[in-house]
This record gives sequence, structure tokens and C-alpha cells, in this order.
Amino acid sequence: MSLKDKLLSSHIVFQESLDPDSPIYDVRSEAIKTFEAEGFPTKRDENWKYTSLNSLLKKEYSIRTKTESALDFKDVKQYFIHDIDTYNIVFIDGVFSSYLSSTTHEGIDVCTMNSAINKPKYKQIIEVYFNKIAKDESLNALNTAFAKEGAYVYIPKGKVADKPIQIVHLSTGAEEAMFLQPRNLIIAEENTEVQIIERHQSLSSNAVFTNSVTEIYAGKHANVDYYKIQNDRLEASLIDNTEIEQHDNSVVSVHTFSFGGDIVRNNLNFYQKGEHIDSILKGVTIIEGKQHVDHNTLVHHITPNCESHQDYKGIFAEKSTGVFNGKVVVEKEAQKTNAYQSNNNILIDDQATINSKPQLEIFADDVRCSHGCTIGQLDESALFYLQSRGIAKKEARALLMYAFANTVLSSVRLPQLKQRITKQIAKKIGVSIGFEI
Amino acid sequence: MLSVKNLHAGIEEKEILKGINLDIKAGEVHAIMGPNGSGKSTLSAVIAGKEEYEVNKGEIELDGNSILEMDPEERAHEGIFLSFQYPVEIPGVSVTNFIKAAINQTRKAKGLEDMPASDMLKKIKEKSELLEIDRKFLSRSLNVGFSGGEKKRNEIFQMAMLEPKLAILDETDSGLDIDALRIVANGVNKLRSEDNAVLVITHYQRLLEYIVPDVVHVLVDGKIVKTGGKELALELEEKGYDWLKAETV
Repeated sequence: MSLKDKLLSSHIVFQESLDPDSPIYDVRSEAIKTFEAEGFPTKRDENWKYTSLNSLLKKEYSIRTKTESALDFKDVKQYFIHDIDTYNIVFIDGVFSSYLSSTTHEGIDVCTMNSAINKPKYKQIIEVYFNKIAKDESLNALNTAFAKEGAYVYIPKGKVADKPIQIVHLSTGAEEAMFLQPRNLIIAEENTEVQIIERHQSLSSNAVFTNSVTEIYAGKHANVDYYKIQNDRLEASLIDNTEIEQHDNSVVSVHTFSFGGDIVRNNLNFYQKGEHIDSILKGVTIIEGKQHVDHNTLVHHITPNCESHQDYKGIFAEKSTGVFNGKVVVEKEAQKTNAYQSNNNILIDDQATINSKPQLEIFADDVRCSHGCTIGQLDESALFYLQSRGIAKKEARALLMYAFANTVLSSVRLPQLKQRITKQIAKKIGVSIGFEI
Repeated sequence: MLSVKNLHAGIEEKEILKGINLDIKAGEVHAIMGPNGSGKSTLSAVIAGKEEYEVNKGEIELDGNSILEMDPEERAHEGIFLSFQYPVEIPGVSVTNFIKAAINQTRKAKGLEDMPASDMLKKIKEKSELLEIDRKFLSRSLNVGFSGGEKKRNEIFQMAMLEPKLAILDETDSGLDIDALRIVANGVNKLRSEDNAVLVITHYQRLLEYIVPDVVHVLVDGKIVKTGGKELALELEEKGYDWLKAETV
């Protein structure tokens, strides 16, 4: 049976287990119809031209975990930013681990989607926000149809999250191949501030295929920083759908650090629904082997006087492949838009590939949109400079790549995270000199 | 110290240096002047070992040993330093950390341990004072957002830290205002000794008022067409290069 058929039949069973009074019962039923009609995307879809899911769809996945696993924190500590105090929402094979988590309901809600969906006191919020931002397309719909568990973060008007929040999805390999669909909902109402770090991590060599959806709502003057750490094992694939709606004067930044995985696809969509909004999209991709990372971004400038800043850097070694498809749409009403996009890539080996495609659709006449894309090798003059200071060629190359990637980190506002990522970049590239690692 | 003999070099098929002879002794300052495109920067890059240049004929020796087969980093370890016209920016690596790395790589190549941290700090303090560089500057990312003057000062700071046998200053005066020029030149002068030598490459005579050369060479179309004392620089300033070009025809 194909994965699609398997999912469709398993949805019938899933639906029977659900409470018809749930605020999202009908939403799920509608969603499965969308998925049934559209199916998994193929390379025939313009948006999926350079990323094929074929190799993933062939596997026999378990859709639900049969055995619940427990983990000791010390065994997974390395996957957390553990030198700062944070709220943690942790899932093991898709199941919430209260033991590894540290949630709150004091002033703000940091808990699980499951409890938010099922508790009457959240009913109204769920009705207002759930599945309102996510585009109605097949992968989002598939996730919606099975939406059950994930992180739920609600920052009510005027509140500041007192600690960063870590959302960590662990998979143990209890099943030979696992299909996971976490669903996160982040609501930052007017005048709020929150910082979130998300990570998907497989702990075994068994296959994991994750189709994650995160909706982020940023109210007026909200400030949301979202960091994605993608440094998974070679058997783990991820489709990360992140959909963001912003209102007046809000600032939302999403940083995506892609250092590992089998096939990683990021669908990152920003919708600006107010004035004086700033949307920040940053990414560093460093991969090798046969790894594949695809960044598909959209910034939809709907209203006037807003900005967007995109900066994606990639270093591709061996036979790895990268895709950057950055779309910026400026609607007719969105005058005085300032949209900036840049995508720079270094191909280290002859067989590495990057497909970079900036797409600008501008319907307003008084805007500033700039975009730049480069694909190249390391600058020989820069290499010579370092060598002439006594630094051996291999080290000099590493140092230059480090410098190239590191510029993206200037906007990371959590110093401990910045340091961690800096070290990861240095380690990945093989820099051993020039700073304390 | 440095001996260049009948050096022919260029890029791909194009010959840029057409038989250069140069002999620089310890304790001396030589200047190479010449019009744009005469091969000045090529000469400095070839001495420092830039790979894209091919040496077709001739020899470059440092203290009697050929350096032609050496990589740029090996030449640096042997004591050749090139101050760049356009230094590279390295975000995320501070001036201090970079210079530490450079010093320790050189020490490593010589089989020495890393320089003890206290010695390093002392040296950094001493040399940065010499070049009127303040502490904040040292913790900034290498060359990132530096003004033209800061970049050049940083180059000379690195030179001071690395203490090369032969320092080549490639157009160090370009883009400097008079104050920055004075500080840079002052730094270079204080670093001069009986054991090292300086090769100043410049288009203008201005820098040579501050770093006074023992010998001035004029490079035109890949050849040294005239060699003289410091007064030659003044003559060039006055007459330009055309009279020399005419002479070579």
C-alpha cells in the first residue's frame, strides 16, 4: 500500500477516536479531503521541481508509535541548549514526555497542543487561531488532518515570555520507520515577546520522516524570534512547514540552521497583514554526502510600509544538493515596501549542486526590492591573504568558509545559542584556529 | 637577504615581469615605484607566493635559499610579510584571535609550542600602543567595517606582531589621510632594524617622505629601468614617468 493510501485509511480509524465536539473536528475532515485530492507533491509541481520525495515515500512507515519509550535527560542533553534556563516541550516518537518537559500556565501558556485542543478553556483560542494561517495545500492539510500533538504557546497581550522555549522532537527508532506529524501553534498577542528554539532529532539509524506544521501569529508590536536547528541523522527527513501571520509593528525572525539530515524541505511563508512590519528570514546550510536541503520561502507583502530581510547562505560539499526558492510578492496596496533578499552559495566539490531561484512579483510602483544570488568557490585572493599570514591552506579555506557562514548569525539574539551554532559551524567546517572553540 | 635574479613571471600566457633583478640587504629599505600596470603588485604577489602567477624564468632567494617552490604560508614562516592593498574581511574572528592564530601557526611550523598567553598579551599591548590602536579595535572582527586607514594600520599591526625578516608594503599609502599615513610610517620606522628589510611599493613619492628609502627602483613595463637613491623619488614626483618610458624605447 502506498503511504498515501495508508494515511487515508488510517485517518478513518483516527477520526473515529476523536470527539466530534472538538473545535477542530470539521477542520480535520476537510483537510483529509484536500490531501486525498492533491496527494504528495511530485517534481511536476513547479514548487517541487528540485526536490523529490520518491525515495521517502517508498518506505513502510508506522504512523503511530506502538511502544512508548522513555529517555534519560543525560542521554539527550546534547540536543538541548542546556546552559540556559528554558521552558521545554519535548516529544518522544510524537508522544509528549512530561518527564523531559518543563511547561507553564503562569501568565503565559507553554504546553502541548493535545491539552489545548481538548480543554474547554482553550476552545475559543483554538477556534480563532488553529489552521487559520496555514495555506490550504496538501502537506499542510495532511498534517492538519492528523493534528493531535505538538507545542502550544500562547503569550497573552502585554506579556513577555520570561524564558526561551525549546521544542524538541526526539525519535527513538522503536519502529523501523516512523512517520511523524507534529503540529505547533504559537500565538504572540499584542505587545509580547517570545524566543523559541525548535529541533527534530533522531536517536537511531531507523528511518524517520517528519511532516511538521507550525503556525505563528504575531499581533501588533509582537516580537518573535524562532530558531530551527536541523542537524539530524542521515536517515531522518523533514518537511518543515512554517506559516507566519504578522500585524502592525511586529517583528518576526526565523533562523534556520541546516547542518544535517537526508532530505530537508523548509516551506517558510510570511504574510504581512499590517503596517511597519519587519520579517526576517535567515538560513545557514552546510551539508555534504548526498544530503539535500531545500529552502522555499515566501514573503507576502500585502500592506504598505513594511520590510523583509532574507539572507541565506549555503556551503555544499561532495554530492550534496541545495535549493533556494525565494518568492517575494508585493501587492498593489503594499507601497513603500522594502524587501531585501540575498542567497549566497559556495560549492566545494565538483559534484555539489545548488539550484537558486529568486522570484519577485511586484505590483506596487513605489517600492525598494533588491535581490542578489551568488554561486561560487572560495575567493582565491582571500585565501592568499590568510596564507601569507602563515596559515596553512586547509585551515585558511576553513576559516574563509566559517567567515562566509558566520555573518548570518549577527541577528541571533540568544548569546548561548549563537555560541553553540558558531561552534557547530566551526566544527562542521573543520576550523580549529582563530578563536576558542 | 632577498635576491631576485632575472625574474620572468606572469599570468597564463601573459608575461608581466620581464627580467627583474633586485638585491635587498638586511637593514635596508628599498622602494619600487612605477606607473599603473608596470607590474609592481605582481612583483610583490610573486615574492609572497600567490599561486595564480607563474614564474617562467629566474630565481627568488631568501638568505641564499630558493623560495620558489614554497607555498605562501611557508614563505610567511620563513619571514616574508606582505601588507595588502585590500585586506580580507573575516566576520566572527577578532583581530586578536587572528593574530594569535597567525603567530602560533608560524611557531608550530618551526616546531615551537604556542606562545604563552601572557607573552602574547604583553606583545599585543606593546605593538598596539606603537600603532595607536585601542583595545576595542582589537576585539572587532578582522577588517569588517574598518575604514581604509584602520585596515592599513591593522596590516602594520600584524607586521609588528609577526616581526618578519622582509616586509613588503604594497600601496600602503593608498587611501590614507596624512595623520594615518604618519602613524603607519612611524610604526614601520620603529620596526626597522639591522636584521630586517622593507620593500615599499608605491605609485607616489608621498609615503617615502616618511619611510625614507636607501634605494629607489623604477619599474616600467615589467623591468627595472632605473635605480638610484632617495632623490630619485623626488625626481619622479617632479617629472612623472614619461621620460623614463621614453628612455626605455
